[in-house]
Amino acid sequence: MSEANRQVGVVLVSHSRQVAESVAHMALGLAGGVAVPVAPAGGTGDGGLGTSSELITEAAHRVDRGAGVAVLADLGSAVLTVRTLLAEDELPPGTRLVDAPFVEGAVAAVVTASTGADLEAVAAAATEAYGYRKL
Amino acid sequence: MTVALDADFFRRWLSAVSAAVDREAERLTELDSAIGDADHGANMRRGLAAAVAALEEEAPSSPGAVLTLAGRRLISTVGGASGPLYGTLLRRAGKVLGDQESVEPEQLREALHTGVEAVAQLGSAARGDKTMLDALYPAVEALGDSGGDFGAARRAAEEGAAATVPMRARRGRASYLGERSVGHQDPGATSSALFFAALAETAGTAETGESA
Repeated sequence: MSEANRQVGVVLVSHSRQVAESVAHMALGLAGGVAVPVAPAGGTGDGGLGTSSELITEAAHRVDRGAGVAVLADLGSAVLTVRTLLAEDELPPGTRLVDAPFVEGAVAAVVTASTGADLEAVAAAATEAYGYRKL
Repeated sequence: MTVALDADFFRRWLSAVSAAVDREAERLTELDSAIGDADHGANMRRGLAAAVAALEEEAPSSPGAVLTLAGRRLISTVGGASGPLYGTLLRRAGKVLGDQESVEPEQLREALHTGVEAVAQLGSAARGDKTMLDALYPAVEALGDSGGDFGAARRAAEEGAAATVPMRARRGRASYLGERSVGHQDPGATSSALFFAALAETAGTAETGESA
């Protein structure tokens, strides 16, 4: 089944371009060198702190392989912009905002996506990252 | 109230909002530096200027299309939480108005009510959380209670914004400040009041032969 080879895409939306890029880099590194479609969408279009709907839309289309796209966002306008884009059908079909902590959730999502898991499993793994206690 | 609420009226309304935000940008930023990240004035200014430019360029022919286009522009250009929030308000209201050429005040009230509900849902916020909703809900209610008096809506919005001063923020960045958010007027409620002030002004200047 060719669909089994299609990986879930992951989009990382942060207020900061550097945070989004670094978390993408870290999650891919921890996925053990397997190529996973991951795209950061951080900051405003001109590199400032904030959210760009264009960067998010572009990133979602870039990682879409037809198996769905998991979007993780940090806070405030990042979350609200993704929710608005979903409500207005601006993102590829099968795109979902995942309720997850940003860094831990991104690692869980990318590692899970690298195994060829479906969107449901990727989203669940990211959300489960909330349960990872540090004390 | 004899003014025709057509596409031209809605374009002039949004131009008036943009002008008001230009005038008040410094105050919005000042309010936002007290409890937010000091970008509300600049963000709204940029977003509304882009929305007005798009309206001039594309000249949508119905009130619904004007609101939808302006909302879309706000979502793509503001860069802060007010983009998706105001964008959702205008787009949802625009959707309710559809493509009719001109609308009644009651239809505008209904459309705005739907938009405000969508904003509340998007932000998971309620009245009393010290947000734009504290100006928007009273304004839309006053519009209904007064039978479509934009002046009454404006007063209710301004009173609603002023009433956020003693509130403690429960949404957005200001909520991290807890008790320290008390004593400052909410920037979002303040810019929301500007939307209704501009609406009253636009209706006032549109009336020929009688002053508002």
